[in-house]
Amino acid sequence: MPNDSDNYESVVKTERTETVAAFVDNRKGFMHNLQHLLHVNPALVPLFVLVASIAVFGLLLGSTFFSPFALTLILQQVQIVGIVAAAQSLIILTAGIDLSVGAIAVLSSVIMGQFTFRYGIPVEAAIVIGLAFGTLIGTINGWLVAVMKLPPFIVTLGMWQIVLAANFLYSANETIRSQDIEAEAPLLQFLGTTFKVGADANGSGGATFTYGVIAMILIFAVLTYVLSQTAWGRHVYAVGDDPEAAQLSGVNVRYTLISVYAVTGFICAIAGWALIGRIGSVSPTSGQLLNIESITAVVIGGISLFGGRGSILGPLFGALIVGVFTLGLRLAGADAQWTYLLIGVLIIGAVTVDQWIRRVSA
Amino acid sequence: MFKSTKTALLGGAIAIASSGAAFADAHGPSACLITKTDTNPFFVKMREGAEAAAEAAGMTLSSFAGRVDGDHETQVAAIETCIANGASGILLTASDTSSIVGAVTQAREAGLLVIALDTPLDPIDAADATFATDNFLAGELIGQWAAATLGDEAANAKIAMLDLAVSQPTVGVLRDQGFLQGFGIDLGDPNRWGDETDPRIVGNDVTAGNEEGGRRAIENLLAVDPMINVVYTINEPAAAGAYEALRSIGRENDVLIVSVDGGCPGVQNIADGVIGATSQQYPLLMASKGIEAIAAYAADGTLPENTPGKNFFDTGVALVTDQPAEGVDSISVAEGMELCWG
Repeated sequence: MPNDSDNYESVVKTERTETVAAFVDNRKGFMHNLQHLLHVNPALVPLFVLVASIAVFGLLLGSTFFSPFALTLILQQVQIVGIVAAAQSLIILTAGIDLSVGAIAVLSSVIMGQFTFRYGIPVEAAIVIGLAFGTLIGTINGWLVAVMKLPPFIVTLGMWQIVLAANFLYSANETIRSQDIEAEAPLLQFLGTTFKVGADANGSGGATFTYGVIAMILIFAVLTYVLSQTAWGRHVYAVGDDPEAAQLSGVNVRYTLISVYAVTGFICAIAGWALIGRIGSVSPTSGQLLNIESITAVVIGGISLFGGRGSILGPLFGALIVGVFTLGLRLAGADAQWTYLLIGVLIIGAVTVDQWIRRVSA
Repeated sequence: MFKSTKTALLGGAIAIASSGAAFADAHGPSACLITKTDTNPFFVKMREGAEAAAEAAGMTLSSFAGRVDGDHETQVAAIETCIANGASGILLTASDTSSIVGAVTQAREAGLLVIALDTPLDPIDAADATFATDNFLAGELIGQWAAATLGDEAANAKIAMLDLAVSQPTVGVLRDQGFLQGFGIDLGDPNRWGDETDPRIVGNDVTAGNEEGGRRAIENLLAVDPMINVVYTINEPAAAGAYEALRSIGRENDVLIVSVDGGCPGVQNIADGVIGATSQQYPLLMASKGIEAIAAYAADGTLPENTPGKNFFDTGVALVTDQPAEGVDSISVAEGMELCWG
């Protein structure tokens, strides 16, 4: 006997005539528009902070700070952190975190140096081996996360210790001197090569760049393109936002995760190469804080630690903000502790803004 | 039945323990070496020195190290292990010079001789003795050398001070203040760097004692005053980093860099003109003298004595340079290479 209460479809049909499920947006005004704007362009906040901090230090310090020399110096000082932050961003977009980035960078640089000097391998090959090594460690991280289903924090916490200990054991903590590298394998220092724009006839003044800075900018440019224009890029965001949903909609989550960690390892190895260029020598004690510094740049850059949200350009601005603060406060004669204090404030502020923007879609 | 098994086990344990003691006795007294890390070449050399001296003295040596500089917990655990093992003495390079005092007191009360190597405890008399470099003198030598090398120009010098850490650890303060005294600059409070008012000092920045930190620090100071012409550095890796920054702006040949440590890469850097002069310290000597002191204490209770006029045993320091300055004693790069470590 047909009964109305059993006729589920009719219920749905009648319900559908109502408009209960429409998105009625009655929040208007400046704050809401701003919230929406930031939701669509998450790199705007760090960009604004960056411009504002440059302006403030420029006003306070005048030409000491607002000179091509000082401004390009900031770029040189943040190049390593910037490159590692680009790598870290990829991991954080997948709602992971990588504590081993600095260790991978340092051991890659040590391998490039030791393979050249200890085993007499041609420097070109040693660099390729160093880059391959970084990629390999990243792949292992990715495999442990994607296939063994271990939490990224734990995997990379372990890998950090393993890689760092291996770094000290393998190198015997011996430094390869800048002069030896310059004489025998200058290619190791390639990313430290400087060139000037707008210098006077004596070669002084003007803006100074290094190939490492160019490498950093290129890496961000390539990642911006890949993340926004390719299927892989969309998959990275999808996996970070909701891995189950991504899996159900046909994304190969395992492959995406492993490839993200592998690319991260590769970029860290490039950072290791740039590190040799910057400090001249191959020093196993360098880069110890790169993991924390890169996470700082990523968070200040507005990439959500909860995954799936944020612009890859944000961490570049994040790294630059830290660089501007560090140099600006030093030039102003402030105690170095003020830098850390302000960066701490920025980190908490950035996460607050992130949570606030999230509410636009809530 | 159960009781007799228990007694038998206990008896067996005692037998093993006493035979263990007999085993230790047969090899004479034992000593412990506890360093900050076992990866820093400075401490690696220290361990080599201790091992060689222990073998010569017929002693057993156990080595311990923190995992990283500042790993205080592991050092305390190591002291406790040494007390439990019944060692005659401990050679200690403390990570946390004041917090470790409790554990050191415990060891001394248990009858162990405790010698601080390289880093004095806080207070210095918490240990039975301190075998170390005179870090103030090490700084003073490079300060005198820099002033003598500049001659009249010393009055117009622009000095960058590349220190260790913002927490101003004693070793960093002593070298920094020693350098300024040697250069002829009024110190202000000798227990603090950064309070000097002499206009010749462009500024202080910190390096963490490595290349990366050295480069960043000098860049920051060059932004304050690009005409810096004297650079004091806490150690040779920091000096190497500073040199890279100067080289990138083409000023590597008109800036004097001075440093402290005397590691082999650092001495080689003097030969190459990267560093003008360095004050060399002798970790191997600290360790071997320390083992000898423990051997003497184990034999008849002799306590080590301080260098006359100082509150520690001075293991010596020498200025290494290939451009000797008048009135400042120095040794050549070749001599420095023979004595270097790392």
